[in-house]
Amino acid sequence: MKIFALLHTQTDGSLPKAALETLTAATQLSRQMDGTLTVGVLGAKAAAAADTVAGCGAAAFLAVGDDAVMQARYATDAAAATALIQAADAEIVLAPGTSRFARCLPGVAFRVNAQIDTHIVAVCGEGGAVHAQRWFYRQRILGSFSRTARPWILLVDGGVNAVWQGTAGAANAQAVAVAFTDEDVRTTVTGIEAPAADAQTIRPDAQLLLVAGAGWTKKQKDGQYHIGDAGRLIQDFLKQAKASLGSSKSLVDIKSEGQETLSFMSHMNQVGQTGSTPRHAKGLSTCCHGEEPHVVGWRFINERRAINLDPNCGWAQGKADVVYVADAFEVITKVNALLTV
Amino acid sequence: MTNGFQIVVCGSLVPDPLQTLEPVTTPQGPGLKNETMLPSVLDPWSAHALFEAANLAKQIAGSKVYLVSLGPKAKLQQLMMTVAQKVPFELVAIDGSASGFTDAHVVAAALADAIATIPGLDKSRLLVFGGCASASRDASVTMQLVGERLGIRDQFAGVDEIRVQADGSFTTLERIEGGQYLVSACKGAPAVLAWATGNLPEPPNNPQIGMANMRGVMPALMKAKPAAVGVGGIVYEKTEIPAQKRATRIVKDASTDDIAREIVEWIKK
Repeated sequence: MKIFALLHTQTDGSLPKAALETLTAATQLSRQMDGTLTVGVLGAKAAAAADTVAGCGAAAFLAVGDDAVMQARYATDAAAATALIQAADAEIVLAPGTSRFARCLPGVAFRVNAQIDTHIVAVCGEGGAVHAQRWFYRQRILGSFSRTARPWILLVDGGVNAVWQGTAGAANAQAVAVAFTDEDVRTTVTGIEAPAADAQTIRPDAQLLLVAGAGWTKKQKDGQYHIGDAGRLIQDFLKQAKASLGSSKSLVDIKSEGQETLSFMSHMNQVGQTGSTPRHAKGLSTCCHGEEPHVVGWRFINERRAINLDPNCGWAQGKADVVYVADAFEVITKVNALLTV
Repeated sequence: MTNGFQIVVCGSLVPDPLQTLEPVTTPQGPGLKNETMLPSVLDPWSAHALFEAANLAKQIAGSKVYLVSLGPKAKLQQLMMTVAQKVPFELVAIDGSASGFTDAHVVAAALADAIATIPGLDKSRLLVFGGCASASRDASVTMQLVGERLGIRDQFAGVDEIRVQADGSFTTLERIEGGQYLVSACKGAPAVLAWATGNLPEPPNNPQIGMANMRGVMPALMKAKPAAVGVGGIVYEKTEIPAQKRATRIVKDASTDDIAREIVEWIKK
């Protein structure tokens, strides 16, 4: 069986962590299926990136490093990935579920007459067949399945496989020619918009996720709002604990409804049914109800604790390991003080 | 100056998020227990796409919004009672399964075929909107497959904003890793935009809009073509809800100091 690990580089030419995790999955699958592994790389310094994983056991390396793929653009990425998959004559394609590949690989599947599945959390070869797992209904139902169609493209979720580690060397990646057209460059990436370094609240590599719920913006026990205090406490905690910030839907919706809320939050912080499902080792929920539409977003948070004044909140119904029935303003004030010691 | 866009939004129904979902096996493949009885809502990502489409149509004269929706006809009719009151659109209904276990490739073919047959469709003015995810299948591939079937090569995913210039070109913000946005400039339609949650609140119900929409909704439902949408090429082996109930320890009557110390110890472990 021909297994193809399709990877892309970052703007500095390095392979992202998700790509190296996918390579681990691909090498394992290749062993399980007694297959032949090929590695393809597209993006900046693609051939050099292939050299960094030369020791992965692949029989061949392919690369597309043209100027056109220096930017993450659907049309040129799709053309390049199509060329790579066809050059590899791939049967199974494993690729990282990054934003770049999530954007273009479905379109590539159509072009190469492949079938594609995404958000893959497990893939293995057994009994001569390739089996995959993914979640349905926003992390509520786990499905195990396979496909007989070939090629079959699987986008692998980050944080599922170990990062590949091995020796670099001379991969001697074969450059694959791509006939880019004028139609492929109607879009131009003009830049990246990011919060200032000290204002960035989303940290995918953080060990701890802090979730702030709408309770922070409600009237407190003195009958007053303390939204300014809430913001300071949360931001101080994020800094001291080096945590990532998530939110319930109700909190981020407050902003779009024109009410005063925590200015540093946006819908990008939303965790849950209609938000993200981040992967962190620990999660601390504060002033958040713990209802199912939010908690489905915690599927991949291993250790969970919550601070809530309501002893019967959703977290207390088997959704958290520990619920502290306490005032989050008071607790986080003390926690921040202890973290600075 | 642009002559306005034809904005086609792809969106369907999903179970109300507050419902308990239990997988069952049916002759057609996996399904949900009592699926036909479950209350439905317009998928939240599709809903955002629809609201953004209407917002854009309001800004650009000559624009029109279509909603192409694949689902069981009776459930679509119920859904339209609420959705039709939100923003103006012309419904194109397709009668078929909206199950999260259906094959996105089959669904995309049905959607693309329906879009291609919209009377007066002008691809030079076409923007195809939809969600970058969904509360059912959540495949994040359907919009791209639809776009490729329609021959559209400019596609954007995880969109939170579109800004259109007078000449019809536009810029987009797409969510990428690390809470950042990729900023892109496109020369103009045709394009596919798969939306994240955007920045617009849900519009309030407007009975006048509702009445105007329903004049077209009912005929659209009556002439909805059936689509044989099923599991396609997927061979399901198992669908399950993993057991996940934790033995929650509830800490009451502890001092703030003790709670804080315990939390810090846990964080540092």
